[in-house]
Amino acid sequence: MSNKFAMTALALSLFGVATLPAAADSVLKIAYIDPLSGGGASIGQIGLNQLKFIADSLNAKGGVMGEKIEITGYDNKLNPQESLVAVQKAIDEGIRIITQGNGSSVASAVEDFVGKYNERNPGKEVIYLNYAAIDPTLTNEKCSYWHFAWDANVGIKLQALTNFIKTQKDIKKVYLIDQDYSFGHSVADTTVRMLKEKRPDIEIVGNEFHPLVKVTDFSPYVAKIKASGADTVITANWGQDFALLIKAAGDAGLQVNWYTFYAGGAGGPTAVKQANMSDHVFQITEGINNIDYKPAQDVIRAYIARYPDAPVYYPRLFNETGMLFKAIEEVKSDDPVKIAAALEGAKYPTFSSGDEGFMRKDDHQFFQPLYISTLGPLSAKEPFDEEHTGWGWKMVAQIPVADTILPTICKMKRPE
Amino acid sequence: MVEIVFISTLNGVLYGMLLFLMASGLTVIFSMMGVLNFAHASFYMLGAFFGFEISRHVGFWPGLAVAPPLVGGIGMAVERYGLRRVHRHGHVAELLFTFGLTFVIQELVEMVWGKLPVDYRVPPLLDFPAFTVFSLNYPAFKMFELLISIAIFLALLLVVKRTRVGLIVQAALSHPEMVGMLGHNVDRIFMLVFGVGAGLAAVAGVIAGPALVTQSNMAELLGPILFVVVVVGGLGSLSGAFAASLLIGLAQTFAVASNASLASLFGNLVSDRSQAYLGDIWNVTVSQIAPILPYLLLVLILIFRPRGLIGTRDS
Repeated sequence: MSNKFAMTALALSLFGVATLPAAADSVLKIAYIDPLSGGGASIGQIGLNQLKFIADSLNAKGGVMGEKIEITGYDNKLNPQESLVAVQKAIDEGIRIITQGNGSSVASAVEDFVGKYNERNPGKEVIYLNYAAIDPTLTNEKCSYWHFAWDANVGIKLQALTNFIKTQKDIKKVYLIDQDYSFGHSVADTTVRMLKEKRPDIEIVGNEFHPLVKVTDFSPYVAKIKASGADTVITANWGQDFALLIKAAGDAGLQVNWYTFYAGGAGGPTAVKQANMSDHVFQITEGINNIDYKPAQDVIRAYIARYPDAPVYYPRLFNETGMLFKAIEEVKSDDPVKIAAALEGAKYPTFSSGDEGFMRKDDHQFFQPLYISTLGPLSAKEPFDEEHTGWGWKMVAQIPVADTILPTICKMKRPE
Repeated sequence: MVEIVFISTLNGVLYGMLLFLMASGLTVIFSMMGVLNFAHASFYMLGAFFGFEISRHVGFWPGLAVAPPLVGGIGMAVERYGLRRVHRHGHVAELLFTFGLTFVIQELVEMVWGKLPVDYRVPPLLDFPAFTVFSLNYPAFKMFELLISIAIFLALLLVVKRTRVGLIVQAALSHPEMVGMLGHNVDRIFMLVFGVGAGLAAVAGVIAGPALVTQSNMAELLGPILFVVVVVGGLGSLSGAFAASLLIGLAQTFAVASNASLASLFGNLVSDRSQAYLGDIWNVTVSQIAPILPYLLLVLILIFRPRGLIGTRDS
């Protein structure tokens, strides 16, 4: 009797072990690697919320090809070293799709790591989907077959922005202020170069760098901007460096227009509202919530119902996951090798407006319509405010895909 | 030129006073208890969030009145049940204890208020430009900051130098046994001093919160500069901290206003090849390194005058 019992137990446990991988196969696992603790956590958490929302809504409809999507967050503390540990951990846990966004230094390390890993582990390839890091080197000098970028890189954003500035005849004197690190410098250098080409009559009256998140009081910088006589400031500052700068300008009563990359980032709209700068702060992004396009607005409403503290920050995460799932369904497999091949050159109607974007085969950069918007009080047609301020982003101009195209120097090495 | 000098002086003084406001509590605890309180910036953050929460319901002014005693109370509890036990094991243990405390407080704040910045507003009563110089506005709230800062300085100075309480507190630091023999409760004195220090941090939080960004990482962003103020000023000196705040404020503001670099000063005297060799150092402007200057000052002071500007003791 006891013998039989032991045999049954053994059989059961063997059976159990044998079925485990099969059970895991019906789950599509995605690793999300971004800061989930410390100073960068506020942004990292928003991305994770959005991905979980996307996964849950799709799972409710039966998932992708019958597979449930599972998002696992890994905290990288915004540190390249920690990120690689996280990537390795995700791979060890059987995850082969990795997404990451914040910090180009992190992205660069991950891109490198994934490339090398795939070379050494044929048959176990991992794909890296980048939703936010925008250093141009990622899709130029350092480009990799396994890396796909959904946010427009610095060059593309500035190409679009300067194409817009070209048409704004009242811009005469521009002041640049950026954080003193590689990203800030690449923004400043590119802006100067492109403005010289497209609007040689514009005078660049200042090109300032300040240390990254070390400045408490921006009033001396504001005094300098004022003294320069600038009518427009272009800045790629983010986080506290943006909030404090805009608040100091508001306090001093500086009357200029601000063109920014990240005014919409966590805490940005609150600061703009506190500085009382209605319709003076502009941002360039791949989408805003207040575009009159019903499919997007329905999703945004559902999202806000679940996460009332913030509307959708990253339309690109919808583009990224949408294209990933479409590719999986096309090739009927979640094998990264097949997914990567399907993503190359893929076309996709973007989340915010339904206008078509495409994943360029040469460098794996996604090209999409970009939007210039301004923050201020809303009309009845614009239903979404930001951070409970009562103010929201309003469209000023759409930059069509054709006006965002930049050549790449990427020499893509494709696996045989 | 007059414009730049005038504006920079004004901005420098305002910034310096903000620094002193934030560092005053740290100086009190440091100079009277000899405890280097790493959690000071956390008490400052607690003050800001308490002030924000109270201002949401009953307005800014009740927040300014209630938040500091609350945080002071928390400070006293921390001293009574935590720091006092650790104190016996010396300074390293104290440092580690307050260092750990910063993480605990940050985590608690994130649990209650989340990780995003909160919308902490300047009170309407002070939300107007006080005056305008060279077409730059100076908000009334900044003037309020300045006044509070000076008031705190004078009040502390008066208490420490001119009252019996100050006398006993100072004596308790250098001769605790003797003060105890004379019938004073030294432990309670230390607890009260720590409470006052934490309360002052909270005052700074309530006032700086609306002016800066009230967010769960504000403590870690603020931390280091306050230690610079205390060390440069001189360990255990209120006037020193006051002078150091002003010095740092002015130095930083004037540096930002300057576009000079080595290249612009000596550009003609040095050959192109050695210029290329110097690279970034040659071309970096003073304004670019302005916010780093306080730390440079810290290093220089520690090397050449370890007791600080007006310090009374070496450690």
